Amino acid sequence: MSKWLNPRSAFGITLIAVALLGLPFVAAMGGQAWVRILDFAILYVFLALGLNIVVGYAGLLDLGYIAFYAVGAYTWALLASPHFGLHLPIWAILPIGAALACLAGVLLGSPTLKLRGDYLAIVTLGFGEIVRIFMNNLNAPVNITNGPQGITLIDPVAFGDFKFSGNTQLFGLTLSGPMKYYYLLVALAILVVIINLRLQNSRIGRAWQAIREDEIAAKAVGINTRNIKLLAFAMGASFGGIAGGVFAAMQGFVSPESFSLMESIMILAMVVLGGMGHIPGVILGAVLLSILPEALRYGVGPIQMALFGKMMVDPESLRMLVFGLALVLVMRFKPAGLWPSPERKRELSEKRTEGKA
Amino acid sequence: MDIFLQQIVNGLVQGSIYALVALGYTMVYGIMGLINFAHGEVVMIGTLVTITVAGSLINAGMPVALAGMAGLGASMLICMALGWGLERIAYRPLRNAPRLTPLITAIGMSIVLQNLAMMIWGRNYLTFPPLLPKVNFELAGAHFTAIQVFIVVVSGGTMAGLLALIYRTKLGMAMRATAQNPAVASLMGVNINRVIAAAFVIGSALGALAGVMVGTYYEIAHYQMGFMLGLKAFTAAVLGGIGNLAGAMLGGVLLGIIEALGAGYIGDLTGGFLGSHYQDIFAFVVLIVVLMFKPSGLFGEKTGDRA
Amino acid sequence: MHAKLSIVALSIVAAFAFSACGQKEEPKPVAAPGAPAAKPEVVVKLGHVAPMTGPQAHLGKDNENGAVLAVEELNAQGLEIGGAKIKFQLLAEDDAADPKQGAIVAQKLVDAKVNGVIGHLNSGTTIPASKLYADAGIPQISGSATNPKYTQQGFKTAFRVMANDVQQGKVLGEFAAKQGIKTVAVVDDRTAYGQGLADEFKKAAEAAGLKVVATEYTNDKATDFKAILTKIKSTKAELVFYGGMDAQGGPMAKQMKELGIKAKFLGGDGVCTPEFMKLGGEAAEGNYCSLPGMPLEKLAKGPEFKERFTKKFNADIQLYSPYVYDAVMVMADAMKRADSVESAKFLPAIGQTKYDGVTALIEFDAQGDLKGGAISIYQYKGGKLEYVETLGGTPVDVAKAEVKEAVAEVKDAAKAVAGAAAAVGKEVAAEAKDVAKSATEAGKDAVKAGAEAVKNAADATKAAVEKK
Repeated sequence: MSKWLNPRSAFGITLIAVALLGLPFVAAMGGQAWVRILDFAILYVFLALGLNIVVGYAGLLDLGYIAFYAVGAYTWALLASPHFGLHLPIWAILPIGAALACLAGVLLGSPTLKLRGDYLAIVTLGFGEIVRIFMNNLNAPVNITNGPQGITLIDPVAFGDFKFSGNTQLFGLTLSGPMKYYYLLVALAILVVIINLRLQNSRIGRAWQAIREDEIAAKAVGINTRNIKLLAFAMGASFGGIAGGVFAAMQGFVSPESFSLMESIMILAMVVLGGMGHIPGVILGAVLLSILPEALRYGVGPIQMALFGKMMVDPESLRMLVFGLALVLVMRFKPAGLWPSPERKRELSEKRTEGKA
Repeated sequence: MDIFLQQIVNGLVQGSIYALVALGYTMVYGIMGLINFAHGEVVMIGTLVTITVAGSLINAGMPVALAGMAGLGASMLICMALGWGLERIAYRPLRNAPRLTPLITAIGMSIVLQNLAMMIWGRNYLTFPPLLPKVNFELAGAHFTAIQVFIVVVSGGTMAGLLALIYRTKLGMAMRATAQNPAVASLMGVNINRVIAAAFVIGSALGALAGVMVGTYYEIAHYQMGFMLGLKAFTAAVLGGIGNLAGAMLGGVLLGIIEALGAGYIGDLTGGFLGSHYQDIFAFVVLIVVLMFKPSGLFGEKTGDRA
Repeated sequence: MHAKLSIVALSIVAAFAFSACGQKEEPKPVAAPGAPAAKPEVVVKLGHVAPMTGPQAHLGKDNENGAVLAVEELNAQGLEIGGAKIKFQLLAEDDAADPKQGAIVAQKLVDAKVNGVIGHLNSGTTIPASKLYADAGIPQISGSATNPKYTQQGFKTAFRVMANDVQQGKVLGEFAAKQGIKTVAVVDDRTAYGQGLADEFKKAAEAAGLKVVATEYTNDKATDFKAILTKIKSTKAELVFYGGMDAQGGPMAKQMKELGIKAKFLGGDGVCTPEFMKLGGEAAEGNYCSLPGMPLEKLAKGPEFKERFTKKFNADIQLYSPYVYDAVMVMADAMKRADSVESAKFLPAIGQTKYDGVTALIEFDAQGDLKGGAISIYQYKGGKLEYVETLGGTPVDVAKAEVKEAVAEVKDAAKAVAGAAAAVGKEVAAEAKDVAKSATEAGKDAVKAGAEAVKNAADATKAAVEKK
């Protein structure tokens, strides 16, 4: 930890802090939509770091991560909306959401502990679909989730009288709703980064790494693989639950279609594209993949106009095409991710030379 | 009883389609331990190419049967080229990369193929030209059509052909050797690159065949049809034990029948609580239960454990 | 470590630069009207949102075409509002039917300071987006979001030019009963639209004395329905009602035939499309479906619209494009009447709309729903949708319904009085009296509303007679 106090690092940290604080104001110059895009980017950073614990640290391929996000979102929606007439405060809902998601993580984890690799992937995928389908159908016989209609008029985040929706005047600055959520999300993201950092080099973190590299060997050196794996699922799930709660509050509306399989796959893509198990890499991956499709929304049309003078292809269809191509190309030329951890990079280059020899 | 029989028929046909697609997944997986997530899109391209080729030939006055064969041939050729290209572009350069890397390129390819198909064939649902005569049979109260019989026969035949290929030919032997140990296989003079490419090409040809079957059966196609189908087929492959051909076949048929019976009977058994809205869950629940007791699927062999 | 931190800092600085550049590309918001100094031409921006990617992209494109056609025609008319020449500009966006993207796109339109929004297509994206528009005071008219909740949130800016699921489900249920059918099976696709419609149908059908013998479900990506259809077959239902879209409905009708099911097929606007007949083939023949509003052929402007549409886009009308077209026209009409293109000024005018559109005579109720909401029943015949009848929606019927409602309210009020009296009992008679008083007052109001409705009906009838 002492290296953080080194003056040059301190300078870097200050720079980052200033940049993070100022970013929404810069983005707002391009319109509030950019602030909202930033919000989602940070939300995805949060989710990706949560998934990173499961996939990056413990090496468990989870294709149903969105289920925990859904649990968190629905917890918030049910406890803070006119649907049940409940309006609990944030400090009650977020922990409940996290706890429920954590429980869901353990529920998913316990029967699947024996499974490995791709078998685990398909089971987690199935689990994600099961959760979504239940949310979609639990409007009868007892109406719990309001089914496909979703839940509307969800309360925004509020601390006392300070609401996160609408504009607020603060120190002579006008803070819009998305901006306030931005700061909340950044605060949460920093928290999760710190937890991730602390975990990485802790006893637990090392145990996860051991399991990732060789489960049998890990067991042989006395690691309780079952509990440690469950812990990874539970921790990852709790983060998903918190992110879900904030998502529900920010949107004011949840419906099952927000929690499709594609969403799980995208979060996984963020983790892998950025660099599994490496925090800066995962952050980079999440920011890139969540901003890219939106940036393309602004960029594809004008660029075509500039290049060809007319619309050659629908900007909407080209947008996702470019996105897909970007995924392929990045992985093709940076197989370990854009910003892999140093150890992983080393391993890979070793393997390469082995293969060639 | 006739209802039960009908549900079995429904499940069997649906399952045969799953099986045909699952074969593509399992072949690639068996040889290189890789989930080819874009396989569903290959099936989709197969269907859409057949629509274009067979449809325009029929419009040009060619007899339906001949046009159908031409469509099938064209779509197989294009899908084989596509499979070969996929392997070259998205998978071969990543053979030594971490396990998850090719998974992401596969997802990327899947997005690219979907959007390309959308540009070429448009956003609308397309109707598949009727390639087979519509004949209805009735047996002990169960209704079925000539197309359904055809599908079950074709997928059974394909399966038999594939088994013969794997166990009776030199290429098959090379494939089995590569699956067991690529390094040793290459020392024995097997051209691994060629074997893997062959697996992709054959798998894609099967995908095209499956696409044509799906098209003739449902008479509808859309650029997004591949995703769900691929997912179900992948589930089937895992259920049977991924990497095992017979397992994929059995997994597919089982999955189809579970879905049909689940939708047909679970609702009544649970007093309406778990009705057909949970149809997609039954398959996953069965899968999870099977994997709890047999962690490598019904016929699977033990596989590696790295993610 | 510090090296890395610097990289992070650098990249954030780069992001700054990037977003700054991005900002430059932004089109400059056009000056609001009111200052027609040098050039009296004002650009009015209308946002349009629908899925352009994903499974419903074909419907999204159709909606967009409707809006494009409307805007082009408006511009050709050379409108003058508030003393300035008006040029409409359409900002078309894609929300991929995803609520999250719906909100981002809505924000983008709010940023672009659009004067009004047409859309979105899906209820699932329309509802979260409507909050953003409401906060910004931007009027929103959807031509296709049928979920009742959209207008029930209490936003003054939310309108729709289409009957909601409740109105349509009710009419379909009554229609089924009229066909002399005794038993029905209900299938829905578990989307907000399908489930809403099927639930309302079920209620209405049961109220009309039909027996719902099976309730089955599928999803909006399914192609195989044989398992649930086989089950329906065993219940010997005489009619299968489907709440969902054409891409599933067509194959479903076909598979019913393959399984030897003799039951009729009935559905809502989602299956009342040329696509359904294409996909259903022969199996579609003779079955019924409904569309909100009056048939294009019956309305003065209908056939002409169809011609213009097909000519311009070389495509058939899929489903909602006439409604979207009307939505644009209604907004322009409100601007004309308010003599302003400023959202705040013409918003109240939308509520007072009385516009003779392509799809119907458009008037809004207090919530922003289409008043009356005529629903027309069609039959698939020889590869075409043939008009059968229009239920509900005619002025007389609306008035009738209103009277009925008022009577029911009076009855309810009376019941409430009785209930209140009984509950409170002898102990606090005085309080009971108060309760009774207020209840009676409510009753009075209801009666008044009823009387007004009757008057309206009389007027409408008179007007109708005069027209003839």
